[in-house]
Amino acid sequence: MQRYDVLVVGGGHNGLVTAGYLQRAGLKVAVLEKNGWVGGAATSRELTPGFLYSNCSYVCSLFRPEIMRDLELPRHGLQVVAYEGGAVLTRDGDYLASYRDHDSHRREFARYSKRDAEAYERYARDVTRQCRFIQPLLMRTAPDPFGFRPRDIAELLYLARKFGEFSPGEMAQTLRFWTMSISDFLDEYFETDVIKAYLAISGIIGTALGPMSPGTAYVLLHHYMGEVDGSVGAWGYARGGMGAVTQALASSFLAAGGTIRTDAEVARIFSRGGRTTGVVLESGEEIRAKLVVSNADVKRTFLKLVDEADLPEHFVHRVRHFKMRGSSGKVNIALDSLPEFPALPKGSSCIRGDLHFTDSIERMERAYDDWKAGRWSADPMLDTMIPTTLDPTMTSPGKHFMSCFVQYCPPKVEGRDWTDADRAAFAETVVGQISDYSPGFRDRIVHMEVRTPRELEAEVGLTEGNIFQGELTFDQLLFNRPVPGYAQYRSPIAGLYICGSSTHPGGGVMGAPGRNAAMEILRDLKRSPEKMSNAHDVI
Amino acid sequence: MTSSDAPLKTPKTAAHSYDAIVIGAGHNGLAAAAKLGRSGRRVLVLEAANAPGGAARGREFAPGFRSAGLAHLVNRLDPEVARDLGIALAATPGPAMPTAVLDGEREPAVLRGAYGETIDGVTADEAAAFSRLRDKLVFQAGVLKRFLRRPPPQLGAIGIGDISTLMAAGFGIIRKGRAEGRDFLRMLLMNVADVADEYLDDDRLKGLLAFDATLGIHLGPRSPTSLLGLYYRLTGEVDGKAGGQFIPEGGMAAVAPAFLKAAETAGVTIRCGARVGRILADRGRAGGVVLADGSELTAPVVVSAIHPQATFLQLVDAAETGTGFLRSIRHVRSAGNVAKLDLALERMPNFSGLPGRDHAGRIVIARSMTHVENAFNPAKYGEFSPDPVMEIVLPSLADSTLAPDGACTLSALVQYAPYKLKAGWETGKPAFLKIVIDILERHAPGIGATVVAANLSTPTDIETEYNLPGGHWHHGELQADQLLINRPTGTASGYATPIEGLYLASAGAHPGGGISGLAGWNAARHILAGGSR
Amino acid sequence: MNALTKPANATDARRAARSHILTPRLETPFHPRLAALDEVNDWYNWAGYKAPHALFDEELEYFAIRSTAALFDISPMVKYRIAGADAERYLNRLTLRDVRKLPVGRVHYTAWCDDDGHVLDDGTLFRLGEQEFRLCCQERHLSWLLDSAFGFTVEIHEETEAIAGVALQGPTSYAVLAEAGFAGVERLKPFDIATFAHDGGTVTISRTGFTGDLGYELFVPRQTALSLWDRLWTAGDGHGIRAIGYAALNRTRIEAGFIVANADFVTAEGALRADRVRLPDEIGLDWLVDPDKPNFNGRRAVLDARRNQTLRHVLVGLEIEGNVPAEHAIVYHRGKREAGLVTAAIWSPTAKRNIAIASLTRPYGTRFVDDLWVEIYAMRELKYQKMMKRAKIVPRPFVKLARRTATPPGLR
Repeated sequence: MQRYDVLVVGGGHNGLVTAGYLQRAGLKVAVLEKNGWVGGAATSRELTPGFLYSNCSYVCSLFRPEIMRDLELPRHGLQVVAYEGGAVLTRDGDYLASYRDHDSHRREFARYSKRDAEAYERYARDVTRQCRFIQPLLMRTAPDPFGFRPRDIAELLYLARKFGEFSPGEMAQTLRFWTMSISDFLDEYFETDVIKAYLAISGIIGTALGPMSPGTAYVLLHHYMGEVDGSVGAWGYARGGMGAVTQALASSFLAAGGTIRTDAEVARIFSRGGRTTGVVLESGEEIRAKLVVSNADVKRTFLKLVDEADLPEHFVHRVRHFKMRGSSGKVNIALDSLPEFPALPKGSSCIRGDLHFTDSIERMERAYDDWKAGRWSADPMLDTMIPTTLDPTMTSPGKHFMSCFVQYCPPKVEGRDWTDADRAAFAETVVGQISDYSPGFRDRIVHMEVRTPRELEAEVGLTEGNIFQGELTFDQLLFNRPVPGYAQYRSPIAGLYICGSSTHPGGGVMGAPGRNAAMEILRDLKRSPEKMSNAHDVI
Repeated sequence: MTSSDAPLKTPKTAAHSYDAIVIGAGHNGLAAAAKLGRSGRRVLVLEAANAPGGAARGREFAPGFRSAGLAHLVNRLDPEVARDLGIALAATPGPAMPTAVLDGEREPAVLRGAYGETIDGVTADEAAAFSRLRDKLVFQAGVLKRFLRRPPPQLGAIGIGDISTLMAAGFGIIRKGRAEGRDFLRMLLMNVADVADEYLDDDRLKGLLAFDATLGIHLGPRSPTSLLGLYYRLTGEVDGKAGGQFIPEGGMAAVAPAFLKAAETAGVTIRCGARVGRILADRGRAGGVVLADGSELTAPVVVSAIHPQATFLQLVDAAETGTGFLRSIRHVRSAGNVAKLDLALERMPNFSGLPGRDHAGRIVIARSMTHVENAFNPAKYGEFSPDPVMEIVLPSLADSTLAPDGACTLSALVQYAPYKLKAGWETGKPAFLKIVIDILERHAPGIGATVVAANLSTPTDIETEYNLPGGHWHHGELQADQLLINRPTGTASGYATPIEGLYLASAGAHPGGGISGLAGWNAARHILAGGSR
Repeated sequence: MNALTKPANATDARRAARSHILTPRLETPFHPRLAALDEVNDWYNWAGYKAPHALFDEELEYFAIRSTAALFDISPMVKYRIAGADAERYLNRLTLRDVRKLPVGRVHYTAWCDDDGHVLDDGTLFRLGEQEFRLCCQERHLSWLLDSAFGFTVEIHEETEAIAGVALQGPTSYAVLAEAGFAGVERLKPFDIATFAHDGGTVTISRTGFTGDLGYELFVPRQTALSLWDRLWTAGDGHGIRAIGYAALNRTRIEAGFIVANADFVTAEGALRADRVRLPDEIGLDWLVDPDKPNFNGRRAVLDARRNQTLRHVLVGLEIEGNVPAEHAIVYHRGKREAGLVTAAIWSPTAKRNIAIASLTRPYGTRFVDDLWVEIYAMRELKYQKMMKRAKIVPRPFVKLARRTATPPGLR
């Protein structure tokens, strides 16, 4: 029987980050992955010959540069390329583009409203101020307000001091910002519907809320906290697809002497006397270890892998009521040529960024109403990207891959399970919407992979297909994530930790939960990491 | 900034000069005036309408039938305000006013005592579950309640009072244990739907919680932070019991006179039919008002107990305030969602399955949380609910003078009826009225035939009738981002405003709407304490 | 306000404007002439416009300003037209100075603040008519200006692209205008405005500038920009006229002691950090604040800060020993206590002094005015030469020229 110091259940990006740090700290670590490949929801897979798909996550901006550096990911092949722009195509045949160049961006907005174009400066400043406040919290363990331990108190004081750097007006504004809907927030700056719609997208991506729901202004922040090489808020794309992130993590981990076992689905996490002792695989094989770190979401970990009898009743109750309703789907499309969007000017850089077709907040909100009623959106909000325009290596020259993130898509259809017919009808809403703006789009399709929350749960193991391993509402953020009193990566079972996006600071291919978990584990072991850079300064 | 360079007391010589002028004789205006008057100041209240009372002002809506105003029951009159100002409003002796929830199918669920201390019509398990949830929410609301009776903390100038309130709240929580504390911080900004789902099964009870949490607020039960509305409801108390409700002896018509009497006893002068045209201010200092008839009244303190937007967008010269402040006032979300229905009925209606005595209670039509949520959806797009939810009271049962002998009045708050109806309320109103009457007919068969007159006040009607921008009875959305230090807006959240000597005292100020008297009373106490910003 | 910002046929105008992506940097109406004169290809981005840093030689361009006449394209300056019955009242609430005291045909330098008294920008306000003004500034403020218009009968149009502006500065600038046939221009006193016929329309000439020298600024509709340039250029032939870039202008503005938004102070709408914003008194603009005029944005905050003595910074002129410019050097008190930062500095060829504008944290610069030092890092052949130099607070302007204000102006 194999013995390890640490077993990591699940080879998603956070699991690999934790594993990487722990292995480098001198522990003997094995990652156990149920699929035949590692990567979780950050993968590049060849699902049809000649096309590499980033078939789950599709944007790499949140991934913390400190981790890339500590784990030497560039040496293991990771390259992040910035998006060039983006656009919303409007129903009247026009478009609203966004450009990296400040003045082009302003002049584009000014086509719709000079006032909005100039108000954007104030908007960008206000959002950036909020980002600057919250970004340093990503790489810190959330304090427990009722922990009363010196560390918690010190951390609470740190937060109070950070907040104290604001002027009174900004403090009041911050409290508003955290509780407002993105729609109300944008109304305070802009008059043009399509501009508001474009900026609202980040407030709802992956979220089981509509743009008119309070709290979505914060979700916007969650997506803006990313950076590409110090350019805060920039979105980027990993060369070779999102799999490049996890392949680099895996390669770095292996190079440090770690073990990865694929096709090794964990059936059970054992514990004895309130202390974990190891796992048993579906195959029946037992693996022992002093510590187990679960990269699976909190429900999968504690309701499926751990014996409930080993957990306090209150804890199980809270885990059961942790909200992680899936709200998104994904359609991945292989194309035999670059689709045309006649509305866009020839040679526009927009095509190398994110493309959308929802030109009003009302359409987004109505799409959400469908989800609330248990249906996929009849007129969905798509966040699409053709990564092969930035990275032609993912397929053969001239061919393209289009990633379509679809908001909203329920975990169950009107309370029942998804059927294949449902899935086909869902895909049709997506292809239909794109075709309205791109003549001949259907004829270019070579292959299509359609992923509803059902597929996300089955393949990646995300309960209810929630891409953030838990919704980003206040009751599930910071010291409440995933369970109040257990928000510091530890669980009620000694030696069992969680490191996935169910923990602070939440989802996105960010890696911060994995790193913070590793930090807490090493603290418990009274070891210092070989290398863990301090969180970067906010520039 | 403080009263030191602007003494509150002025020589009581000129007839047009006062120590303080209060604009608006609504209950908050009267409460503020009474509190100021009791300190010996010469206080004048100016009311545009011909009678005091504001939204609690009664009127005849059909020959022989009267309505007592917007509110049709009392559930949050602050006992300390009442005691301090001598406002005598008591419930008729007897059992507490019940709440019945109708879903049109099962027998009603009837909550008795203060917010369902006992419940009829549900299983014992469900009643026990409700009781657990109720206890938790009442405890949490109790923590929040400490913050209602004092001005919100002024960031950057946190005072000892703020800290002691915070510490008292903290100790209050800790006494209950860590788990309760953690639950409090977790639940504070949640939606009511997830909380109700966690504890309850019965759709009627969940529908009621959803309704109470969102009544008068532009949120659905599944909108994050919607639980705050329920907390707000539960910070109200009757006879020391959180969540109670009552109709005072003599009916709701007794409310305005009770506040009026408190003000008059305090020596306050009240002038009705005196519309303020402009608030006098020069270089950031208020000095009085000019009435619509052009006469000028001076006072070093002007207390505006009308909507903050009416105050700053209509009465104060824009040049006297800052661009940023005015921008934030204009951004106050204050679009009402509730329509008020007054029906004149030939006789008392009979709601199916509801025991006769419970007709004197509050009747809520909400089948489930989904019902409330679906009623909310159209409001987001400027459409009214095709299947609205509502709360009904039969006011003439408590005050027989409201209707001729044998006849009856029915008052309903119907939600959602958005202020900015895309189609316009001119055509919308008859259509919406028909929907509401049809629903009443379903729950009280035969009621339609007994309708003598119907008066539906949409938010636009309420706006006109009571000078309430947006027709919003809270004078601004009661949502997390418009509470405490942001009510109505950051720089005017402590009753003082950027204009020295001008104070806000309406529901648009902390802590918000409902007949509590707190906004006016707090404002007056703040003024008496020096009134600095 | 929507009507103000959207043309009548909004959709068509919006579609027509798509071509903006073909010219990510706008060219000013004078660009063809600048491009033809340009020898060094040293352009930079000025608020979205392609603008010359230098056209032939930064040093020689400086001397053109101080010894002959220099043409500097100011078209990228942001320009707003403010008109209406309440325009005066509106601007009086918006800006620090008393606009009632600004007669028609005059310009004044002013600044405006947010509610907290923090400076949003400074600029020049032209009173073109009883109810008509032009505001010229560095940053864009349309949403602030429109939001400020609530409660006033006033219309606000952004006219940056529509109006071309050129500064003609230097001792022979009047001679150039006289030669160009602008009869009567000699009557213009500093800050006077007058209109003159030009190319079938008019040109607005003000006796203003950013150089501290004799000089004028000329504004025309963009259609007649080139004919104006040619008219000046031809007339200037015998008066040593040269076209110049920003680097030379910047030297003269430092000599004149003028400040530049987002160089010498951070504008309140642009600042990300709460401690970077500035009250007028903290950047030497206290003289603009008129406590006796009607209420204006930031009034209470500014006066409170004065009364409560909570002003935190002060802007000073420094004269530094030696001749190495101290740009962005840290200022120390007694050689060790950090006291502030130099925001702009040059060796002044005209004053023959090493001068600087610095922002100091009070009480340095107010109570502690002696024993100040600047730490200069001069890169010399890939090595920093670190110097501690004594600095002395001196009044601004550093260069004061009698010809700037002489009326009628001299011809040489």
